[in-house]
Amino acid sequence: MGKFNKAGGREMPELNTSSLPDLVFAFLFFIMMVTSMREVTLKVVFRAPQATELQKLEKKSLVTFLYVGEPTAEFREQMGTTPRLQLNDNFAEISEIQDYIAQEKSSMKEEDQPFMTVSIKADKETKMGLITDVKQALREAYALKISYSARPAGT
Amino acid sequence: MARKKRKTPGINGSSSADIAFMLLIFFLITTSMDTDQGLARRLPPPPQKDQEKEEMDVNKRNLMVVLINSSNQVLANNEHIDISQLKDKVKEFIENPYNDEHKPEKIETDIPFFGNMMITKNHVISLQNDRGTEYQAYIQVQNELARAYNELRDDVSMKKFGKAYIDLEEEQQEAVRVVYKQNISEAEPKNYGGTK
Repeated sequence: MGKFNKAGGREMPELNTSSLPDLVFAFLFFIMMVTSMREVTLKVVFRAPQATELQKLEKKSLVTFLYVGEPTAEFREQMGTTPRLQLNDNFAEISEIQDYIAQEKSSMKEEDQPFMTVSIKADKETKMGLITDVKQALREAYALKISYSARPAGT
Repeated sequence: MARKKRKTPGINGSSSADIAFMLLIFFLITTSMDTDQGLARRLPPPPQKDQEKEEMDVNKRNLMVVLINSSNQVLANNEHIDISQLKDKVKEFIENPYNDEHKPEKIETDIPFFGNMMITKNHVISLQNDRGTEYQAYIQVQNELARAYNELRDDVSMKKFGKAYIDLEEEQQEAVRVVYKQNISEAEPKNYGGTK
């Protein structure tokens, strides 16, 4: 009786991977929801100052970013090491802020314009002189809601 | 001859996992997860040119001057203090618990939920900084000021509603904001010497 013969012994059934793409896609969509596209390439060194009383910026679409800091290593030869202002992808002068803000404002929906927030991302070693100039320019441009970008203390 | 029914062969889907992984990695690289956090502030509107410059008349006892010099030292009401003491000093100034006559006057005001209350609604904290001040020092001072207000608001919400300020209803928060109104004025920048 060949009841116990080992011929054609059992093999491990192969793991079914047909649902793997679905899993990965679900994960992909999750990542796409919770993150936002990096819009600009930083040309300035930016280390956020620390603070504890932080508020989250609510709507990403209403926020405009200004970067202030020393140029990164690759631009240091042309620009020197004095802190500079970056708007979008380029270095800019203080006088250009007003046009930039106006342009950003006009690209928003009209009902959203009063809620426009400008987030100042400045390096922690920047001197206040430059920041003050930026703030004065923002006042002139009627972009009065601002946020000093900082990171929670202890990180 | 019996004709065999032909079936279209199923598309091989074994590579779709790879494609999805590629997309996933692409998105992981190009996006950033960080939610931006910061200290929210409101700037005053620009001064009107045709308007006469209005001198704000502030009683001396209602005013607290916080000065940061170019070597990041803090001067509060002409007293050199450490940054860690600033919060308590500011809290004491805003609250004026002992009705000190050198601290802001208390004015009786009718506030929803609280009724008549004596509050120091005319107090002003004037923040001045030098052009040479470091941004980190400025943020620290702003942070301490914000912390003073937040702690005072939390205290009063705890006492009145038994909840922290952040958990209150919108109207209750508004009432608490009236009790401790944030009055931080930033002076026009001056250059007190030192290099830019």
